Amino acid sequence: MRLLAACFLFVGAACSPETTQLEPDFTIEASQRVSGSNFLTPETVAQQNDDFENPGYLWVERGADLFEQGEPSCAGCHENGLEGVATHYPAFDTGTQTLINLEGRINLCRTRHQGLTSLPYESDELLSLTAFVAEQSRGLPISVEVTPQTQSAFESGANYFMTRRGQLNLACTQCHDDNWGKQLRGDTISQGHGNGFPAYRFEWEDFGSLHRRLHDCDTGVRAAPMELGSQTYIDLEFYLAVRASGLELESPGIRR
Amino acid sequence: MIPRVAAATEDEMNEAIRGMFGDRVITEGRVNVDLPPIAENGFSVPIDISVDSPMTEDDYVKQIVVLSPRNPLPVLAQYHLTPMSGRADVSARIRLGGTQSIRVIAEMNDGTLWSGAKQTLVTLAACVID
Amino acid sequence: MTTIRLSVPQTADRGEIIELRAMIQHEMESGFRFGSRGEMIPQDIITKFECFYNGTLFFSSDFHPGVAANPILKFYARANESGSFEFVWTDQDGQSWSDSAQIEVS
Ligand code: HEC
Ligand code: HEC
Repeated sequence: MRLLAACFLFVGAACSPETTQLEPDFTIEASQRVSGSNFLTPETVAQQNDDFENPGYLWVERGADLFEQGEPSCAGCHENGLEGVATHYPAFDTGTQTLINLEGRINLCRTRHQGLTSLPYESDELLSLTAFVAEQSRGLPISVEVTPQTQSAFESGANYFMTRRGQLNLACTQCHDDNWGKQLRGDTISQGHGNGFPAYRFEWEDFGSLHRRLHDCDTGVRAAPMELGSQTYIDLEFYLAVRASGLELESPGIRR
Repeated sequence: MIPRVAAATEDEMNEAIRGMFGDRVITEGRVNVDLPPIAENGFSVPIDISVDSPMTEDDYVKQIVVLSPRNPLPVLAQYHLTPMSGRADVSARIRLGGTQSIRVIAEMNDGTLWSGAKQTLVTLAACVID
Repeated sequence: MTTIRLSVPQTADRGEIIELRAMIQHEMESGFRFGSRGEMIPQDIITKFECFYNGTLFFSSDFHPGVAANPILKFYARANESGSFEFVWTDQDGQSWSDSAQIEVS
């Protein structure tokens, strides 16, 4: 039960009530926090950093084309670009009173501002637009905060991270907090941050979202995975983002 | 039951070479193969091939063949060059079904054949479950 | 939708050997993988790549299932005249994709 106990240790920040922020406590201290790219070979890191050799740029480039489409186009409303935006996601949308991720924001812009339908999660179009927006924050530190509005989402994400599941009866925390740096079936376990996503994974031979990666970790322990784009995974994504605060965004990342 | 795909063997690779070049002599040398000593996994391994050749009208590399003794198919890729290439150097990304020594054969315009090889350790193999 | 990315220098000196890079979005389904129900996924690959310099084919490649998904190639050309490089990929069913880039040679 130590697992569950670790999860709700908040240190209420000593500040005025109107700017209440909660400072969660994580197993991996901020000073030890490292990106998944620290566990890749130097060749792969070089490929990630070369914007021609990195296949993720196929999606970024397609996203740039799609950004010019629609009536009005995305670019028509966002003429100054969207630099830094991805560092604040997932974020609370006041209109719907829900926590949304970047994919959700893009789909909201389509339905709210362009009279278009939502793009299916993991479709090439949604991945491309997400990659195009995320790439504009490449190298910038993740900066999400837990606020009273997002606290319950954070707690649900934390709960998911700490709960044992699947036939292997393992929680995310057991691999990514307790055993990072160790080998598992020819792979090195990282700290399980989402800062490289959407990313190109060699094993997929394809570009994919963070939720697709989470789905793989769930099936890895033989648990029934959640639906991509589900609120459960968005909450988990939010928990991961807070847990990864300060790490630089790398999307389009490259991973094994 | 995990379905398996039979991987090629050294023999099958040699058969493929005979199919392409008959019993012509293949001399070791002039072909430099660069692969990482340890590949992240077998799905996308960078390979760089350079052949020692002036690439002039009279003396150039006509063809480069990349061969594997362990993938499901022994021939991975072929490259056809001309004097207009200027330099006999090609880089690509290949799939490797396990740790193996990749063999590269270059055919010159005068019909001579040269070869080089490089071993790479693959921790997670592509294409085959083994 | 198939995205192609090219890297060709915009200018070069006459006789200079220049580096060309090309990448295309394609899964290169090998025909050796199995789906979730154990069925073999049929092969779907690009089989040919060609590069033309002002209409002359000077470099080509035959791709087999051992070529990685989203194939990338780096190769060279001797810059002799201004004009264009055309890059063409053709798949096993004869469908093809192409893109080109201009170069100024002085
Ligand atoms: C059995 C151990 C194990 C468990 C349990 C597990 N993972 Fe993973 N996870 C891995 C391995 C191995 C990888 C691939 C290598 C790595 O860590 O980047 C990975 C990768 C990741 C990545 C990508 C990291 C990157 O930089 O590419 C994220 C994010 C992640 N896991 C989150 C989770 C979450 C959330 C859970 C719980 C739902 C979870 N994992 C459960 C082993 C595990
Ligand atoms: C008619 C104008 C309009 C169009 C078209 C539009 N947006 Fe937006 N976008 C907005 C507004 C307004 C917001 C602020 C949130 C809201 O009110 O919906 C926003 C917010 C965003 C954000 C989040 C910014 C932040 O700081 O959190 C992103 C990312 C974004 N849009 C991307 C897109 C993309 C991608 C498209 C095309 C698919 C698009 N937008 C089309 C008006 C537009």
